[in-house]
Amino acid sequence: MLRLTGAGRRFVNGTIAFADIDMRIDAGEFVVLLGPSGCGKSTLLRLLAGLDVPDTGTIVWNDGTPPAPGDIGFVFQDATLLPWASAEQNVHLPLRLAGKSFSETRNEVRATIAQLGLAGFEDAKPASLSGGMKMRVSIARALVSRPRLLLMDEPFAALDEFTRHRLQDDLHALWREARTTVVFVTHSIYETAYLASRILVMTPRPGRIAAEIPCPLPDPADRRTDPAYASLTAQVTETLRAVMPA
Amino acid sequence: MTSVERAAPIAFGLIGLGLWQGAVSSLHVPVYVLPGPTAIVAAFWIDHTSLLISLLSTLAVTAAALVAAALLGMILALAMAASRVARAAIQPWAVVLQVTPVVAIAPLIIIWVNQQFAALVVCATIVAFFPVLSNTAAGLAATPPELADLFRLNGANRRQTLFLLRLPAALPYFLAGLRIAGTLALVGAVVAEFVASSGGFAAGLAGRILEAGYRLEIPRMFAALTLLALAGITIYAALGSFERAVLRRFGAAS
Ligand SMILES: Nc1ncnc2c1ncn2[C@@H]1O[C@H](COP(=O)(O)OP(=O)(O)OP(=O)(O)O)[C@@H](O)[C@H]1O
Ligand SMILES: [Mg+2]
Repeated sequence: MLRLTGAGRRFVNGTIAFADIDMRIDAGEFVVLLGPSGCGKSTLLRLLAGLDVPDTGTIVWNDGTPPAPGDIGFVFQDATLLPWASAEQNVHLPLRLAGKSFSETRNEVRATIAQLGLAGFEDAKPASLSGGMKMRVSIARALVSRPRLLLMDEPFAALDEFTRHRLQDDLHALWREARTTVVFVTHSIYETAYLASRILVMTPRPGRIAAEIPCPLPDPADRRTDPAYASLTAQVTETLRAVMPA
Repeated sequence: MTSVERAAPIAFGLIGLGLWQGAVSSLHVPVYVLPGPTAIVAAFWIDHTSLLISLLSTLAVTAAALVAAALLGMILALAMAASRVARAAIQPWAVVLQVTPVVAIAPLIIIWVNQQFAALVVCATIVAFFPVLSNTAAGLAATPPELADLFRLNGANRRQTLFLLRLPAALPYFLAGLRIAGTLALVGAVVAEFVASSGGFAAGLAGRILEAGYRLEIPRMFAALTLLALAGITIYAALGSFERAVLRRFGAAS
């Protein structure tokens, strides 16, 4: 789908977020970027989204056309909803910005809301929703425009463990069904092993891709308790240990 | 707030009034030095038509100035948010107007604007617009960066970003500025009336206060002052309720 070659980003204050990153994202993958705080993961996602540009290197989209509005869905660490708008209006926002009225897109909006398990909460304002539900609205908003690429920046980091597990389950189910290409940033080894179809491990700043772990986890009924999941987390842990400076 | 807390300021005020009345009566303080509350109420009752008409005149100036300040503050803040050149051009002049005492420029304005009501409104607007401007400008500058990114990502144009994101995000700031502007507009109106009174225009409460001063009608002076204080408190409370109602309606209240 896209290829990054020799990409580097250095801020005006001299901070080098990452340097010399080569990576390829194929259609239908669930790529997890795993790395310590400050290694440039967010900056890298912003670059993939076109919100930032690399100082060195190139980013090439396979079909030659850079993404148009709506081609990329972005989920931030916080839900970042419009507090004055209802859940439904928040989900409708990307379509509205593309000039499509609510009445002509009602079915898509409602279907996406239902897909994220939010049916019945269409009119709720963010202030009355729990953290997990707000994140569901945020994911629905990212998916409503049927993006080619879904970028997620530690979306579940602020949630409690129970809510996090349910959202991971639902996200995984959604991905298996739709095979939207996802690049997902996290600090969590368990989250990584549970969600990824391929793992990229980054070094501390300036971030580089230090290791790549393909992970064709089988799809048993319960991934979390599957022995393959345990051995994958062990493998990721060992890789991190090898990559991180003492 | 418990009911005791709610009742506390009223009880405190009543005790204060009682002590005041007691001291004035027992020490035989003459009313032309310090009238007691009963004398003030009596003075108000004798002269209530003229006092209330003056209050209305002052409130009309205040209300017009508040509307003008809200519009002016909002428009200038929008211009400052839209262009850096506009920001650079406007900011120092806004500060100049803010730091210049309105008593000092009121005579000029009253000469230039030769319609009395309009002149008073201009003076009061100059006093009141600054908090609206600075608050709204701060609100427009405080758009959450991630939401701004989201709008960019979805190809939002400037108009969409302004109306769907920046303006609604600035609303709580604007309303907080408006509440301050309300009481400042009253202060500005009265100050301008004092200046205008010396030129013979005396429709507002300031006219009554000066008049009572000349005639040593101190209880009447206190009655006018009391009306003024009550008007200020009412404006502040009313704008506070308005602010809360709008924010609740808008779902933006935290
Ligand atoms: N606009 C900027 N100007 C200067 N430095 C920046 C800027 N944005 C990010 N940085 C710095 O670049 C580095 C990488 O930031 P980034 O947010 O991409 O890291 P991250 O891997 O996402 O970290 P975290 O896991 O804490 O979210 C950090 O040290 C950060 O302080
Ligand atoms: Mg980050």
